[in-house]
Amino acid sequence: MSRLDDAALARLRQSVREPDLSGTRYRLAGVAGSGGMGTVYVALDTELGRRVALKVLDLEDPEAEARLRREAEVLARLEHPGIVPVHDVGRLGDGRAFYTMKLVEGERLDQSAARLSLAERLRVFLRIAEAVAFAHARGVLHRDLKPQNVMIGPFGEVLVLDWGLAKVVSDPRGRADGATGNRRAPGDTGEGSVLGTPGFMAPEQQSGGSGSVDARADVFSLGALLQSLLPPGAPAPLRAITRKAMSPRPDDRYPAAADLAKDVERFLEAAPVSAYPENLLRRALRVAKRHRVAAAIVAAYLVGRGLILLFTHH
Amino acid sequence: MSRITVALLVGGALGILDGLTAWFTPEVRSQLMGIVVGSTLKGLIAGALIGLFARKAARVVPTVIFGTAVGALLALGIALLQGSHYLEIILPGTLVGLLTGYATMRYGRPAAAAPATIR
Repeated sequence: MSRLDDAALARLRQSVREPDLSGTRYRLAGVAGSGGMGTVYVALDTELGRRVALKVLDLEDPEAEARLRREAEVLARLEHPGIVPVHDVGRLGDGRAFYTMKLVEGERLDQSAARLSLAERLRVFLRIAEAVAFAHARGVLHRDLKPQNVMIGPFGEVLVLDWGLAKVVSDPRGRADGATGNRRAPGDTGEGSVLGTPGFMAPEQQSGGSGSVDARADVFSLGALLQSLLPPGAPAPLRAITRKAMSPRPDDRYPAAADLAKDVERFLEAAPVSAYPENLLRRALRVAKRHRVAAAIVAAYLVGRGLILLFTHH
Repeated sequence: MSRITVALLVGGALGILDGLTAWFTPEVRSQLMGIVVGSTLKGLIAGALIGLFARKAARVVPTVIFGTAVGALLALGIALLQGSHYLEIILPGTLVGLLTGYATMRYGRPAAAAPATIR
């Protein structure tokens, strides 16, 4: 009996893992990446002639399949420019479940942030917070927000990815208003399971109490994401915003992602932020920064007038 | 904002500020209100003239020179009416004209060109 070398074995493994797309409208075009429960392939939709991302489970597993289907359902209910749209869901010839979504080409936020100015990073952050606030309004928590799960497209599109840990917390028409509205769906993570990324996960999420996790857990993650975007020595109001968003007690955080976004927006407009109480001097400096032109003209006049007063009095 | 609007706003605001600085001259402090009103009017007149000039000239240096001259002349007129404190009136008035001229060109939007007639 002849032996297979390592390369041949790897090719064999790869071909076994490759999805069987026969009988579907898709043709395999490459691998986009792989995650905890499946692999994302680049596929060609032969009917519409476009490239899509095709997510397939690596193994046939009823629980993982329920989660994959739930992820597709969650994405399908979140029609927003900042959230990847789902195109199709189904089962392959080899029995594995799959769904297809828009193929997002671009760069992950953690890779592109270094090239952006602080104002550009904050504007990207606002787009992320807007998408998350939209999901909350539809009763969905992301639960794994981090720069690696945000894609910046070639035309500046900002897309929040990887909703695999998302949780439905209330009726779609309602608001993500905490544990009271929680309901378990097939494929939901149960009480006691810890899911998320350390450093971006709220303490209540880390403790595994899935029932106590609400929209404020995503506010914590957004705060951590914002903190990761700030350069060393960032302005004090911005640091105060991240501190408030990342408060250990959910009650001390912003009640909603939209409130956090509002404060960041106010910072960009040189307006006062709720997280940062300011004294008279700081307030004067901020107002001068906001009305630079008027401040410069008045300052020029006052300097000139002061010199004239000095000159004429002597 | 159009150049005339910017010139009026800056001229008026600096006129108020200019009048208020009369407080530092103790002998005229009692007439402060009248001085502020007069100074504001002077600033508005200077602003209107500078704005009209800026619309035609559309260049920074001539507008700044014109603003300085208008500010100085208007202040000279006031000083002549007053008959005293020439330097204390003319120098700040000149400064108001200079700053108004610069601000008008720096921050005022040029008037939009008339659309071409289609025949």
